[in-house]
Amino acid sequence: MAGIVVHQDKIPDLSAVAALCPFGAIEVNDGSVLINAGCKMCRLCVKNGPPGAFELVKERRVAIDKDRWNGIAVYLDQTDGEIHPVSLELLGKARELAGKVGHPVIALLAGASMGKAVAEMRHYGIDKLYLYEHPLLEHFRIEPYAAVFEDFIKRCQPAVALVGGTAIGRSLAPRVAARFRTGLTADCTFLDIQENTDLDQIRPAFGGNIMAHIRTPHNRPQFATVRYKIFSAPERMASVSGEVMRVVLDETLLGSKIETLSSSRKAPVKNIEDADVLVVAGQGIQRVENMTLLEELSQKLGGMLGGTRPVIEAGWLEPRRQIGLSGRTVKPKLLIACGVSGSVQFAAGMSGSDKIVAINIDPGAPIFKIAHTAVVGDVCEILPSLLKRIKAGEVAQ
Amino acid sequence: MKIIVCIKQVPGTTQVDIDEETGVLKRDGVESKINPYDLYALETALRLKAGCPGASVTAITMGPPQAEQSLREALMMGVDDVMLVSDRRFAGADVLATAHTLSQAILADGWETGVILCGQQTTDGDTAQVGPEIAEFLGIPHAANVTAIQDFSAGALTARVDLPATEEIIRIPLPCLVCVNKDIHTPRLPSYTLKKASRGRKVRMVTLADLPDSDPAHYGLNGSPTQVIRIFPPEHHVEHERWEGDPEALAGRLYDNLRAEKFLA
Repeated sequence: MAGIVVHQDKIPDLSAVAALCPFGAIEVNDGSVLINAGCKMCRLCVKNGPPGAFELVKERRVAIDKDRWNGIAVYLDQTDGEIHPVSLELLGKARELAGKVGHPVIALLAGASMGKAVAEMRHYGIDKLYLYEHPLLEHFRIEPYAAVFEDFIKRCQPAVALVGGTAIGRSLAPRVAARFRTGLTADCTFLDIQENTDLDQIRPAFGGNIMAHIRTPHNRPQFATVRYKIFSAPERMASVSGEVMRVVLDETLLGSKIETLSSSRKAPVKNIEDADVLVVAGQGIQRVENMTLLEELSQKLGGMLGGTRPVIEAGWLEPRRQIGLSGRTVKPKLLIACGVSGSVQFAAGMSGSDKIVAINIDPGAPIFKIAHTAVVGDVCEILPSLLKRIKAGEVAQ
Repeated sequence: MKIIVCIKQVPGTTQVDIDEETGVLKRDGVESKINPYDLYALETALRLKAGCPGASVTAITMGPPQAEQSLREALMMGVDDVMLVSDRRFAGADVLATAHTLSQAILADGWETGVILCGQQTTDGDTAQVGPEIAEFLGIPHAANVTAIQDFSAGALTARVDLPATEEIIRIPLPCLVCVNKDIHTPRLPSYTLKKASRGRKVRMVTLADLPDSDPAHYGLNGSPTQVIRIFPPEHHVEHERWEGDPEALAGRLYDNLRAEKFLA
C-alpha cells in the first residue's frame, strides 16, 4: 500500500512529532505514532522529521503506454458561438507544449450553430478541430456536453486536456475527468511538459502561501483547468490552417434530464478582467469611508476598483470585484494595491499584471515581493495627497 | 426525501506560511471551522427541508476524527443527521479519490434519491471540482454555480444558474447534485438550544469496511491519479524598487511616476 509509513523505533521523542504536520495528521496514540486521514501527502514529515522515521512508500502501478496518448487538447468554451477568450490563451499554451513533445494541437468545439466560430478558430493554429454541432447542444447542459467530451477523448486519445476555468469549464472538466478515472488539477498558474508527456502543473495549494507542483504520472488524459488571464493569448494568424473533423453523435447520447426553461444574456457589465487600470482595496485601508479615495483614484486613472477577499467579505465591494483564487484573475497594465498584504491566494489572481504598485505601511508585507514599485507608507495619508496633486495638475492644464 | 450536504473542515486561518530555509509549513493556530462556502449549502438544505414535509437533512464530511467538530456545528444549525467518513486509508486523497469516497459513503447510507448539495469551493483547496465528480460517480445530473432555487416540488428543482455569458433557469429532476454559490442565502447562526440538545449525541462514523467498494486501492493516495511532486514558497523574480519617506514625498513621487508612464494626463 502506498502512503506514509511510520518507523516507530526511529522516533526518539514522541512529543515532538505531532508538530511536524501542519494539518494535524500525526497522532500519538498509546505510545505509537499514526498518520490519520488529514494527511495531504505534503511529505514535510519525511523531510523534516527524525531521520528514517517517516517514509513514503510508493505503490507500483501498472504502467500505461504513454505513446498511445497523443495530442494536446483544448476545450473551446463558447456561448451562442462566441468563444471565451480563455480558450485562445489555452490554444497558445497548447501550441507551446505540443511543440516540445512533437504532438498536434487538437480542439473540441460543441454547440448548435458554430459556422462562424469554426471559421474564426482556424486562425489560431489548431491542427485538428473536432466539431460536434447539433441543436440539442444549444445550451450548456452537463450530460450531453460530458457525452461529447467523452466521445472526443475516446476518438483522439489526447495526452493532455486543457479546459478554461469558466463556470462551464469548472463544471464539465471534473465530470469528464471522473468518467475516465483520471487526474484533474484545477486553476493551474504554470504548465510545462516532460519528454514522456507528463504535464507539470503548478498551482497555489492548501489555502496558504505555498505552491504545489503536481503531476498525473499514471493516468491519461491529464486534465488541467486554467483561469482567464493566466496565460497570454496568441496572435491571430492571417491565414487559416488545420482540418475540421465533423462528428455526428447519436441523438440518444445528447439527451438531458435537465430542461433549460430560459436563457438570458447577462447585461454587458464591464468586468475587472477587462480593465486596463485597477485600484485594489485591502484590509489596510481600515475604514469603509476610505473607499471613496480609491474610487476617486480609479476614476482619475480611467480604471476600476477591485478588492481582496476580506474587503469583499466585509461587504465594501460587490463579489464580482474580488481578485484572487476565489475571485477573479486580472492582468491590467497598472494595478495599484492599497493596503493589501498580498497572500498567495490574492497574488495568484494578479501577479501577471504589467505594473504593480503596492502601498503598504508594513515594510515586510508579502505584496512587496511581487510589486514593481513598493511604496512603504500609510495609504490613508498617501492617497489624499496623491489625489490633491492630480486635481492640481488638471487645473494647471 | 433525503437532502445530503457535503461539508469540509478547513483551517480557521488562511495565513499559512512556509519557512523559506527549512521548508516547514507554519500555520498560526490550529483552529478549524466549517468551510465558509459550505454554510450556504447547509442553509439552502435547511430551507429546502422547511418547504418539503417529511424531508431530512444529513451532513457528511470526510476527514480525520477531529472533523467531527464541523458536524457538531452542522447539528447546531439544525441538520437532522451527520456522518463522519474517516479511515487512515483515506489519507492523501486528491479530488478523484475524495469524490469517490464521498459518493461511496452516500451509497452506504442507503441514499437512493433526493438532492445532494455542495458549496461552491473550499477555502483551503479552492478547486470547486469535488461536487461535479461526486455526481459523475453516482451517475446523476448536476448543476454548478446555482444562485437561487426557485421551486422544489414534484420531484424536481428549478434553479437559476450563472454561466459565463448567460443566466439560465433550469429544471433538474431528482436525484441530482447542486453546487450553490456564495450568497444564495444568508447562513443562520448555530443555535444554543440545538447545541445543548446535540451535546451528547454520537456522531456516526463510516470507515472503509462500511463502503460498498472496499478495495483500498481506490482510496487515499492509492486512488489518487494526481501526485504532489513538491511544495515550495512562491518564487519572485520581480525587479522592484522600494520607496520610503514621508507620505507627502511618496505621493509626489507616485504622481510623477504615473504621469511619466502616461497613466495620467
